[in-house]
Amino acid sequence: MENKNAYWRANLRVIAICLFVWFLVSFVFAILLVEPLNNFSLGGYKLGFWFAQQGSIYVFVVLIFFYSWQMNRIDQQFGVYEE
Amino acid sequence: MELQTLTYFVVGLSFALYIGIAFWSRASSTSEFYVAGKGIHPIANGMATAADWMSAASFISMAGLIAFLGYEGGMYLMGWTGGYVLLATLLAPYLRKFGKYTVPEFIGDRYYSQLARVVAVVCLIFISFTYVAGQMRGVGIVFSRFLEVSVDNGLFIGMGIVFIYAVLGGMKGITYTQVAQYCVLIFAYTVPAIFIALQTTGFALPQIALGAEVIDGSGTLLAKLDRSLLDLGFGAYTAPFNDKSMIDVFAITLALMVGTAGLPHVIVRFFTVPKVRDARLSAGWALVFIAILYTTAPAVGALARTNMIHTVNGVEQKGTAYKEIPDWFKTWENAGLIAWYDHNDDGHVQYAAGSAFEGKPQFDGDKRGKHGERLVKNPSEGKPVENVAFANEIYVDRDIMVLANPEIAGLPNWVIALIAAGGIAAALSTAAGLLLVISVSVSHDLLKSTFTPQISEKNELLAGRIAAAFAIGIAGYLGLHPPAFVAQVVAFAFGLAASSLFPVILLGIFSKRMNKWGAICGMLTGLVFTSGYIIYFKGVFIAPTVANIPENWLFGISPEGIGSVGMVLNFVVAYIVSYLTPAPPQEVQALVEDIRVPKSF
Repeated sequence: MENKNAYWRANLRVIAICLFVWFLVSFVFAILLVEPLNNFSLGGYKLGFWFAQQGSIYVFVVLIFFYSWQMNRIDQQFGVYEE
Repeated sequence: MELQTLTYFVVGLSFALYIGIAFWSRASSTSEFYVAGKGIHPIANGMATAADWMSAASFISMAGLIAFLGYEGGMYLMGWTGGYVLLATLLAPYLRKFGKYTVPEFIGDRYYSQLARVVAVVCLIFISFTYVAGQMRGVGIVFSRFLEVSVDNGLFIGMGIVFIYAVLGGMKGITYTQVAQYCVLIFAYTVPAIFIALQTTGFALPQIALGAEVIDGSGTLLAKLDRSLLDLGFGAYTAPFNDKSMIDVFAITLALMVGTAGLPHVIVRFFTVPKVRDARLSAGWALVFIAILYTTAPAVGALARTNMIHTVNGVEQKGTAYKEIPDWFKTWENAGLIAWYDHNDDGHVQYAAGSAFEGKPQFDGDKRGKHGERLVKNPSEGKPVENVAFANEIYVDRDIMVLANPEIAGLPNWVIALIAAGGIAAALSTAAGLLLVISVSVSHDLLKSTFTPQISEKNELLAGRIAAAFAIGIAGYLGLHPPAFVAQVVAFAFGLAASSLFPVILLGIFSKRMNKWGAICGMLTGLVFTSGYIIYFKGVFIAPTVANIPENWLFGISPEGIGSVGMVLNFVVAYIVSYLTPAPPQEVQALVEDIRVPKSF
């Protein structure tokens, strides 16, 4: 029981980190703050526009692999890793 | 080789490949038919998911949408990719651990209720059919444009191909065919994009080219596009909120993300991998394969818009004489997807802000005007927008942007033939995935579990095949006779998935206290609110009740984005109701504990 709860809490913590970043790059950077961020540029891109049409997608990809990697680590730590 | 012959050759070759794969991977058990025997490698499953996910709309329409929306196009890009983060962290691994065949099955077991299961089946069938009708139409359009068969015949050929591999192979056949289709479609999408990126900027990667300087050194691509659009009376390409408000962009992005995660044909793909950790990893690979197309699309959009302005208005930005306009313009005019009305009567085609026609152009049969253009019955008044020298004289259907792009850029014929094969692959792979979830719901959720529980495995498999055949027939019918609501499909399918299925599945995993009353009330609230709102403004079966304009919308959120409000309502109602009614039985709480870990402690 103890173990089960600890495992679930560890999972929730990783999910919270992922969803925080997910929300930040898409909803905050690409939508809510797009106008101020467009004053900065990245190559020929305005930064806010870049997040909306390129950057957020790259971050999403990284997030899923990060989640997968972290969960494998946690699975092993709690002895529930599938061989 | 001539374009026509070459196109037949390339498309024919791709069909032979799909059918060959179907014979090689026939399904022999219900497990193979439903979930490919849970033996698909995570990378292969990622590719199949990407092909399943990227429909005719992603392949054909999305870059065109972005080309005309500019910044706001980002809501589709983020909405249709961000959902995979939700899927990977909140749904896929736990549903894989649950280890059965369908989404309604999970809802039925978790909420110990046949009613919940049947409601879920109804949502699933409605979502999937509206979606599949659009795919069949897409196949028909590609055929009619590139192979010069009628839209209807094109559709029959498409139905035949899907029939062979979906009915024979079930999930197993579909998965391996989708892997092949992914390769065809991504090759077809990126090759022309790379050509055009090179031509315009000298950089091969479209993702870099979009942010690069144009080849003559006269400024960056986006800055130049911004300037020429402003000169023509449009808003700047990169400037936010020209066409939609901030709250609406926010709501639509959220609804598309959550809707993506709640679409049954996407979720069920994660039932096919061997392990829980494969489900997590597979979501990552799926997004990698999707991102290749989705980060290319904005470059295709911006380059296509730039090329179009350049070709139509000419180097001096004064318009091009109709007699000298390139062939692609006339080809698409003949197909009815481009129209021209010479408002200032100078014999030149000009493009600017404002609409050249009252609504969509209505062609006057096949009658021709004095320059040889097709006559249109409903020109607008043709007043130029402030500070622009001429009025807009053309209508360009946004769906042609990807299909016409290689011709606009003057690329070789084999690239154009490739686009045809890619468009068909995108439409077929999505259609097959959707048809499968429909047939599995019928044979497994309705027959096996609800109406005839004593059915043998052999008969269940047969029922699945018959249901798949029927579903293809209905989908074909919907493609031939598109009901008026097909145009509203996107709003509807995503709105319903976001507001009905997603919250219920999520709560089923993350809340042990959630019971059947909460789930059913929540699902119905989301369903009724979202569909009511869409019907109120857009009219499905009945005429819209009020004008679909921002002033009338709730909080300024359009029907496309209302699924996100429906989702919130679903969560709130489910929580309140579940705390007023008894907790779920012990064995259900044990089930929740069980799906949360990959294997027992």
